[in-house]
Amino acid sequence: MNSLTVLQLLRLDGNLSDSLHLTCIAGKKGLSRQITASKLSRPGLPLSGYFKDFSEQSIQVFGRGEQTYLQDLVKVGKVDSIDKILSYNFPCCIFSGGGTPPPHFLEVAENYECPILQSQLISSDLSRLLYQILDEEFAPTVTIHGVLVEVFGMGVLLTGESGVGKSETALELLDRGHRLISDDTVKIRNINDTFLVGGGENKQLSHHMEIRGLGIINIPDLYGISSIRERKEIQFWAHLEDWDQNKNYERISEEKSESILGIKIPKVIIPVKPGRNIPIIIETAARCRRLEQLGYQGAKHLDSQLMDFLETKL
Amino acid sequence: MVEKTLTVKNRAGIHTRPAAIIAKTAAKFKSKIFFEKGTMKINAKSIMGVITLGSPYQDILKMTCIGPDEEKQAEAMEKLFENRFQEE
Repeated sequence: MNSLTVLQLLRLDGNLSDSLHLTCIAGKKGLSRQITASKLSRPGLPLSGYFKDFSEQSIQVFGRGEQTYLQDLVKVGKVDSIDKILSYNFPCCIFSGGGTPPPHFLEVAENYECPILQSQLISSDLSRLLYQILDEEFAPTVTIHGVLVEVFGMGVLLTGESGVGKSETALELLDRGHRLISDDTVKIRNINDTFLVGGGENKQLSHHMEIRGLGIINIPDLYGISSIRERKEIQFWAHLEDWDQNKNYERISEEKSESILGIKIPKVIIPVKPGRNIPIIIETAARCRRLEQLGYQGAKHLDSQLMDFLETKL
Repeated sequence: MVEKTLTVKNRAGIHTRPAAIIAKTAAKFKSKIFFEKGTMKINAKSIMGVITLGSPYQDILKMTCIGPDEEKQAEAMEKLFENRFQEE
C-alpha cells in the first residue's frame, strides 16, 4: 500500500509547476502523519456537531464557507466541535484561499499535533489539484524491464530480453531527435483506469544509459536537454525478440494489444536480426499508430481498393 | 524459485563499480534474477537497474532467482554481498 506523509505532500509542492502553494501554519509536530487515501472531506457537518460517517482518513479542506462558520463558532464561544474534530487522527487540515483560522483553532491543533496547512488557491482549484496529485500517488504501479521513448509525440515502450538491443534502438531514436523517458526500468502507473503513465524509477538517477562496449552515458549531456522527458503516457508497445524462423510474424498489420495493469496497449512484436534497422521500424510504427488514431488504417484501405479493383474485373 | 534477503555491507553502498560487478555476476547464470526494494523491482543483470535502486550502506534488498541454475546464482550473489563486493 502506498502512503505519503504530510511533509512529503508539502515537499512535493516545490517540484510541481502547478503548485499547491502550501505552507504549514500550525501543528508542525504532526507532519509525519500518513495520508493513506486519495479522499478529501469538507468538514461543514462535523463543525456543526454531526459526526456520523465522518471520514477521518481524509484530508480536511476548509473552504470559504467552513472558514466563515468557524469564525462565527468562535465568536459565540461554541468551540466543542472544534475540539472534537481536531482530536481525530486525519492527516491534516488545509485552509484554502489564503484563509487563516481563528487563534483558538490553531492552539487546539497545536495541542493535538494536527498539521494545519494554508493554500493560496481557492478551494475548487485546490481540490482538483489535490485529487490529481493523490490519484497519481495512490495509482496502481508496476515496474517493467524496458525502455520508454517518445517517438513523434507517441509514448513507445520497448521491451525484450537483455541484450536484444533495446538501448541501442533507443540511442538511434535519440539521434534522430526523439526523446528518452527512461532506460532499463520503467515505472508504470495506472491513472484512474484510463491511461498509463511511465517514468523513471528514480528521478536523480534516470536519463543515463548503459551501452555495451561504451559503458554508462549521460543522455542530456550528450544530446541536450530537449532529448529527455520525465514522464509520458504509454500509447504503444513494441516488443523486440530474436528472429525465430519457426514463428509467423505479422504480415498484414492486424491490430493486437496486451494489458498492463488492466489497460490495453496496442502491441507489435518486432523480430530482430542483423541488418534490420529497428529504429526506423519503430518510427514507422509510431507514424502508423498516429494515422490509426485518426481512423485510417493502411492495410484496410489497401484491402478496400483491392476489392474495388476486383469488382471492375468481373 | 529461490528467495533471499541481502544486506549491503560496504560503507559506500552500491555505487557504479559494485553495480557492474553485481550485473556481471548475475549474467553468468541463465536464471532470471530480480532485486526488490519497496515498490521497486529491477533486473539485476542490468547495471542501470541496479544503480537505480540507489542502495546505501545497510540497505536491505529482496532477491529472487528463477531458472535452471537459480541455487548457484543466489549463492554467488550472497557471497558477493558478504565479501562487500571485494571492497574495503
